Amino acid sequence: MSQHAEWEAVIGLEVHCQLLTKTKIFSGASTTYGAEPNTQADAVTLGLPGVLPVLNAEALNMAVKFGLAVDAQIAPRCVFARKHYFYPDLPKGYQISQYELPIVAHGHLDIEVGEQVKRIGITRAHLEEDAGKSLHENFSGMTGIDLNRAGTPLIEIVSEPDIRSSVEAVAYLKKLHQLVVFLGVCDGNMQEGSFRCDANVSVRRKGTEKFGTRTETKNINSFRYVEKAIEYEIERQIEVIESGGKIVQETRLFNPDTGETRSMRSKENANDYRYFPDPDLLPVVVTEADVARIRGQMPELPEAMRDRFMSQYGLSKYDAVTLTGERALAAYYEAVVKSSGADAKLCANWVSTDLLGALNKLGKDIATSPISADALAGLLKRIADKTISGKIAKDVFEAMCAGEGDADAIIKAKGLVQITDESAIVKAIEDVMAKNPDNVAAYRGGKDKLFGFFVGQVMKATGGKANPDALNRLLKEKLAG
Amino acid sequence: MNAPHQLSIRELSDGLRGKKFSSRELTQHFLKRIDTLDPQLNSLITVTAARAQRQAEAADARIARGEAGPLTGIPLIQKDIFCTQGVRTSCASQMLDRFIAPYDATIVEKLDAAGMVMLGKANMDEFAMGSSNETSWYGPVCNPWDLSRVPGGSSGGSVAAVAAGLAPVATATDTGGSIRQPAALTNLTGIKPTYGRVSRYGMIAFASSLDQAGVVARSAEDAAVVLQAMSGFDPRDSTSVERPVDDLVTGLNQPIKGLRIGLPKEYFAEGLAPGARACVEAAIKKFEELGAVIKEISLPNSPLSVPTYYVVAPAEASSNLARFDGVRYGHRAEGVKNLEDLYKKSRGEGFGAEVQRRIMIGTYVLSHGYYDAYYLKAQKVRRLIYDDFKRAFAEVDVVLGPTATDVAFKLGSKTDDPVAMYLNDIYTIAANLAGIPAMSLPCGFVDGLPVGLQLMGNYFDEARLLNVAHQYQQATNWHQQSPKGFA
Amino acid sequence: MSLSPEQVRQVAHLARLELKNEQVEHYARQLSNILGMVDRLSAAQTDGVPEMAHPLDMTQRLRPDVVTETDRRDVFQEHAPAVQDGLFLVPKVIE
Repeated sequence: MSQHAEWEAVIGLEVHCQLLTKTKIFSGASTTYGAEPNTQADAVTLGLPGVLPVLNAEALNMAVKFGLAVDAQIAPRCVFARKHYFYPDLPKGYQISQYELPIVAHGHLDIEVGEQVKRIGITRAHLEEDAGKSLHENFSGMTGIDLNRAGTPLIEIVSEPDIRSSVEAVAYLKKLHQLVVFLGVCDGNMQEGSFRCDANVSVRRKGTEKFGTRTETKNINSFRYVEKAIEYEIERQIEVIESGGKIVQETRLFNPDTGETRSMRSKENANDYRYFPDPDLLPVVVTEADVARIRGQMPELPEAMRDRFMSQYGLSKYDAVTLTGERALAAYYEAVVKSSGADAKLCANWVSTDLLGALNKLGKDIATSPISADALAGLLKRIADKTISGKIAKDVFEAMCAGEGDADAIIKAKGLVQITDESAIVKAIEDVMAKNPDNVAAYRGGKDKLFGFFVGQVMKATGGKANPDALNRLLKEKLAG
Repeated sequence: MNAPHQLSIRELSDGLRGKKFSSRELTQHFLKRIDTLDPQLNSLITVTAARAQRQAEAADARIARGEAGPLTGIPLIQKDIFCTQGVRTSCASQMLDRFIAPYDATIVEKLDAAGMVMLGKANMDEFAMGSSNETSWYGPVCNPWDLSRVPGGSSGGSVAAVAAGLAPVATATDTGGSIRQPAALTNLTGIKPTYGRVSRYGMIAFASSLDQAGVVARSAEDAAVVLQAMSGFDPRDSTSVERPVDDLVTGLNQPIKGLRIGLPKEYFAEGLAPGARACVEAAIKKFEELGAVIKEISLPNSPLSVPTYYVVAPAEASSNLARFDGVRYGHRAEGVKNLEDLYKKSRGEGFGAEVQRRIMIGTYVLSHGYYDAYYLKAQKVRRLIYDDFKRAFAEVDVVLGPTATDVAFKLGSKTDDPVAMYLNDIYTIAANLAGIPAMSLPCGFVDGLPVGLQLMGNYFDEARLLNVAHQYQQATNWHQQSPKGFA
Repeated sequence: MSLSPEQVRQVAHLARLELKNEQVEHYARQLSNILGMVDRLSAAQTDGVPEMAHPLDMTQRLRPDVVTETDRRDVFQEHAPAVQDGLFLVPKVIE
């Protein structure tokens, strides 16, 4: 879009975030993903005649937690409304949602794009129930309906139209994703649809205040697709306008195969949702005491944790950001520091470089890591107490990844204990010097660079086990003659 | 001794415990009456003889063990709006003609647990929308007092059955008068408790903020004992009230000397038929004789109750009935072209004309551009009507007036004029809008047709209403009259 | 307020009710009469009157997040109009 310097995009995102409750928002049916079709569709989910909804306390708790995390106002009184439309994955003919009085309003999230911090407003976040799924495989030419997902609690998080590019959009989404996962209110699984995004996009000429006509692109299920869909939509809209056309306010669908969006020309273009307060549910009251109680349950949020890591452990911002990317990773890191007693920066390097690298290779995550925090700490302890060198530690780490046991066992089995006995090191130095008289002479003649050669030779002779500090000191003494 | 269908619930209960008859015998007696008499009335949609037999046997065993409660072994009829597991629950609609409920309504559970024996499911107006029981897909119900007349609605089957002695008591529901108006038209005592007093779980919703279940019986005493068993908090209903249930039976015999009765002047204005007025005025005299203090009051917004109701109730109904789409249960049209066709044909065929009218009115008043003028306006007027009652109950203990404008009308006489039909409920609707308890009890006859008297009480004042009604029934015998041909 | 036959068609579409042509006029007249009766509301003075959505001034009760329901699919689908492999079937949905 960069070639359209006179144009500016205006983007607002709506994120549907499934809450990590055990049961549905209005009934005691399980929300576990992947069950056999309709086995989690209880009487309330099916909308059987005569059934009634009762609100899940934990869904409300989680929505409030989210609101507090984005510095929003928690409505002291919020109301559920019915949103009407006919669709087979919507069993009652209406979705229970919130309309005029949502639980969360007027929050914000700060994103970083390059070096700049930008504040994105969060208009509102409301509680609602998810719909079921339509399966379009051929069931005798028909569509199959699975209502297991119907009734799963969602918060729909609506941003202000503060976003100006696909890059900002992705930064906002990633930040939001990190936050809801950190809070423990969402598992963040985008493939399974736990975190879904609709993008409202319009364009206007720079300097104009009025928004252009917007389109809404639905259900984009990865960060990359969000970026592509928005970029495509910006390009498309500019082209339409520049060639004298007009943007139609409509819902569009992103096709990940082509990277394009297309219009969903459903008949129900002029939707009339006929919202009204759900008479089966009463106004939800959240008292100041409730808010205080929930505030007390809040985990440390990513930004606060990042700042603490920088001050408490003396980490760089880069390392602190990496290590606070996930709550589990941060907890892992802190456990390593605590249990190894090693230098916090050394621990940070090992966790963010060696461990994450290995997990990446193995296709695992922190929760399924073959090396526990205690095990890694066991290794770092041996570096700290100089039993092994940092270099040898890498080999031990690889062996640990391969499941060969804990650090001490591997060090022992492979005889990797560092040589700290100075007489042994001196002997090795003297052997190397005796074998390389020319180089000794050259060094003494001023060729300082040869120092590295001697280090390498001695290390080779000791199988890498010579204590590097002792080696350096003793080698310098010997070479000096 | 009187035949079982002429006995009160207390007499039946005493008879069961005194081994004068068994629940099986009672059940057989009523099933036989249903068999021979109901073809004239059409008061039942489904007769559940086998289930009744099983329940009666269980009740007899319970009685033999000495574990019987006051309702153990007593037969009843459930309005076909309550879900009954394993039994068709039709709501008198083609839409649910083949719907076998997979669960029990809370009140069904409660009455089963009390040991009552369900004889069958009562006819009603389709989805409880109507005041004459003429909108049922299973055909109209006839009034046992005059078979050419309506029994009232929507609980027409419940009242016809009890008035004709096909069961000692029946459940009913009341959204705008559907318990009280039919009770009035068939010489029964019917009570709609405070909104939230009886669980709505398993009661097929018409208008959620107005619907309330209750009882129709042959006396206030009978109604009290059954309502007692139905009432109470239900965690499955968010609008159920978490508050202990008053003892409705013990206080029945308290004298009502000094009771302050308010007569809303708007309920005695034009529109009340002279015969019905005379009966109600005679009842007022009787209350004065019993020591009550009569006072004229005003409910100034009551003329607005019908228009308010015909916004609120259809709006909620249009939404509540959206679930009937032919996808998961209920009627599904044959030979449809596509999804939209499936919806439109299934709903077009499955719902009768009155239901369709109300769905369309409700859809219209909620739609874009009309919501404020209709729906919000009606919600505000609803508050005014509520405020009227709040003021009234600061001055008086109960409010008394007619239940209906006149005696039962002829079948078919109002079916082409919805507005005329709606105005039948002019005296009953306000209690639903405010959510207060209200009841109807017999107070005389005009040309052999019963007239009902309405009592309205403050929130959760069911015990007082039943006490007042019982005291009146101790001093009168209108409620003991039964229709010829059903003696 | 009166409803034209065209408005009746629109409302019937929103409510997914198939009306036969001969019903439309009839309904238009009846619904107009009902709305005429309802229009009496407009005369009421309601400035500053708060809306009343519920008869009782209560607030929402909360349910603990505990699984209480078990799989009853077979019972629920026993009388369903069309099912296959545990799914409810509808005419093909095209987006």
